[in-house]
Amino acid sequence: MQNLAPQMDAAPIAPVLELSGITKTFPGVKALNNVSLELFPGQVTALIGENGAGKSTIVKVLTGIYRADGGTIAVDGEQVAFASADDAGAAGITAIHQETVLFDELSVAENIFIGHAPRGRFGLIDTAQMNTRAQEILDRIDAPLSATTPLKDLGIANKHLVAIARALSVDARVVIMDEPTAALSQKEIEELYDLVERLKSEGRAILFISHKFDEVFRIADRYAVFRDGEHVGAGLMSDVTEGDLVQLMVGRAVDQIFPSRAHSAGAEVLRIEGYAHPTEFDGINLTLKAGEILGFYGLVGAGRSELMQAIFGITRPSAGTIYVEGTACTIRSPADAIANGIVYVPEDRGKQGAVLGLPIFQNVTLPSLAQTSRSGFLKLAAEFALAREYTERLELRAAALDQDVGNLSGGNQQKVVIAKWLATKPRVIILDEPTKGIDIGSKAAVHAFMAELAAEGLAVIMVSSEIPEILGMSDRVIVMREGLIAAELRRDELSPETLVRHAAGIGGHA
Amino acid sequence: MIRYVKSREALLVGVILALIALIASRFPAFILPSNLVNVFTDTSPLIILAVGQAIVILTRCIDLSVAANLALTGMVCAMLNVAYPGLPIPVIIAVALMLGAVLGAINGILVWKLTIPPIVVTLGTLTIYRGIIFVISDGAWVNAHEMSAAFTGFPRAEILGLPVLAWLAILTAIIFFIVIARTPLGRAFYAVGGNPHAAVYAGINVGKTQFWAFVLSGTLAGLTGYLWVARYSVAYVDIAKGFELEVVAACVIGGIAIAGGAGTIMGAILGAIFLGIIKNALPVVGISPFWQLAISGAAIVIAVAFNARAGRAKGRIILKRAEAEAQA
Repeated sequence: MQNLAPQMDAAPIAPVLELSGITKTFPGVKALNNVSLELFPGQVTALIGENGAGKSTIVKVLTGIYRADGGTIAVDGEQVAFASADDAGAAGITAIHQETVLFDELSVAENIFIGHAPRGRFGLIDTAQMNTRAQEILDRIDAPLSATTPLKDLGIANKHLVAIARALSVDARVVIMDEPTAALSQKEIEELYDLVERLKSEGRAILFISHKFDEVFRIADRYAVFRDGEHVGAGLMSDVTEGDLVQLMVGRAVDQIFPSRAHSAGAEVLRIEGYAHPTEFDGINLTLKAGEILGFYGLVGAGRSELMQAIFGITRPSAGTIYVEGTACTIRSPADAIANGIVYVPEDRGKQGAVLGLPIFQNVTLPSLAQTSRSGFLKLAAEFALAREYTERLELRAAALDQDVGNLSGGNQQKVVIAKWLATKPRVIILDEPTKGIDIGSKAAVHAFMAELAAEGLAVIMVSSEIPEILGMSDRVIVMREGLIAAELRRDELSPETLVRHAAGIGGHA
Repeated sequence: MIRYVKSREALLVGVILALIALIASRFPAFILPSNLVNVFTDTSPLIILAVGQAIVILTRCIDLSVAANLALTGMVCAMLNVAYPGLPIPVIIAVALMLGAVLGAINGILVWKLTIPPIVVTLGTLTIYRGIIFVISDGAWVNAHEMSAAFTGFPRAEILGLPVLAWLAILTAIIFFIVIARTPLGRAFYAVGGNPHAAVYAGINVGKTQFWAFVLSGTLAGLTGYLWVARYSVAYVDIAKGFELEVVAACVIGGIAIAGGAGTIMGAILGAIFLGIIKNALPVVGISPFWQLAISGAAIVIAVAFNARAGRAKGRIILKRAEAEAQA
């Protein structure tokens, strides 16, 4: 299936933008590996891939936010180098981001012309001309907007229109749309499709990033599929089926080795009935047994992390009851959750996990200070003992326990965060993307440890967007889509295709 | 000590010793023990306030109302003394501590419950507290002859050759060393300032922790209010006006990161001593006191530049990590 479509040398048109051999490495992660991508004038290319496939990174390379470590970018066959976002803009490349990057306090016209406003006498901004030109562009795309309206008065769909108008104001030849329909209603989506058609007819090249297969088939002319930072296929939409694309997206061999574990679930530890939230999720029922690993799969924005934060007491559900070991309990704050034996290892360990300026041992004991203090005073010896016990169990590599966490590698920081939670001796541990952004070696250690925890009778919830990890570790998987439970799958029902189908809402069962 | 003396503190000690040596090379009288005691005593109010401010800054806040709190509490103590000359000093001190704590708690509540930015809250209360002094005193001064001998004598009474004022600065330093290093609250101050998100996940109530920081800062400001009024034997609306900036300066010079989460109590104390020596030495050396402001200002800029340099290597690593996470 790798040769679904031959290279487009027969195409009558030359690509307006050509990327080849693009490589981008971050510490411990190869985000893009020898990736190529071609965009043609008057055509929509859909960029498809799992979370973490490198889609956002390539957009950042294209728009000059990141500089690639290797490879070339050519515009109209001429090689260019983008040192900054300005350079990319000057070359005619504009991106319309998932969350539109606009200024709420400025007017529509000011947003459209920010950075390149028409100048009048003494180099001052010519407001009248700016408003006129902005209105012209808005009218051209049939946007029902006035150029002088403050942006903050607009809804999301109209903000998208402003972002598109901005792209047109610089006469962008390449327009990148990063999941533009994620927050739109069906009617607004239709209007967006019309606009995309219009941009096409004006000869602009469009890179359309989307998770939704129906819309990809609706508007794209070509596709490019990324997997794990590599380009795995490209061609014409007319040559492929949905199934082909799913295959390309997930069809890797599971090359990571996961610990084998005998699943022996014990008594019920956690039960949630009817959890709901005004905006993020609804009708959540789940049970979790001791010794079980429950996987949570879904696309970004499916409401998984939001649900976990509600379980942990960061936010409060608007309805529903939570039972720990059969007893209903009230969880109003993280402190309540910790007291009830529920802990949460957040996804963003830099932001939410570790206090980088504090030493390792103080990070480990942070949620357990009651345990390491006596009559209101901290006992250093007890703190060190607790920290040593759990960091040794996790095989943390550090010079000393009073070293600042900020000086550790990503994988070791993750271990500190996990050690911190284990030290509270929990009954339920929620791991949100536990191996995101860490190297393979640390991943294996985290997986082995997860299996060990389950074997010791801990109930584990693992939120993950990595299909191999979900397949390799879970006893049971809940797939969430748009805030609802889309499916609950037993281990023997799991396959990459099933997961993707449920997560993306593609009809039918695999 | 957990937060053992880091190089920043060692550097400050070195700078302070060099400064003293420089002054002594021209004015040997400056390093007579009696003069050094005077300098330390004179700096004691700044030390006490800097300890409180350091805690507030550690939690990513700032307390600009300390000097106004000091003045208001001082005025209340002075007026109490005038109205009830027989009131024992421990009662006066208890009133000062409690009133200071209440004024600090007002800041803390506004920051915690209404989540108003601390700089706005304390700018507001600064003005309000000063205004209240005017209201309760009608703008009149309370002068030395109206105060009782016991009231004005307390901070100057000597124990083992040191005035009570200096002893109280030392006592404050010791108590807060212990609070910061050895209590869960002290640890929470660092966690909240260092990474508020992580603190939330660890079950720490960020707003409540900041509230307690303001209460402690207010309490120390209240104590200083009585000591100040008694030592100078005068109370009026404008005492210690602008002193909050000197207090913040002491913290910054002492290496308390204005973004929170980093720095030590020892650093803040050394920062205060550094400013105190400059303030006391300039008249001796014969430099106009106007230079004092310029020199303090230069010291702040140099100190912040040092902080920025120290933070730079770390900053790059953080940025790389942010990039790595953003790509996924």
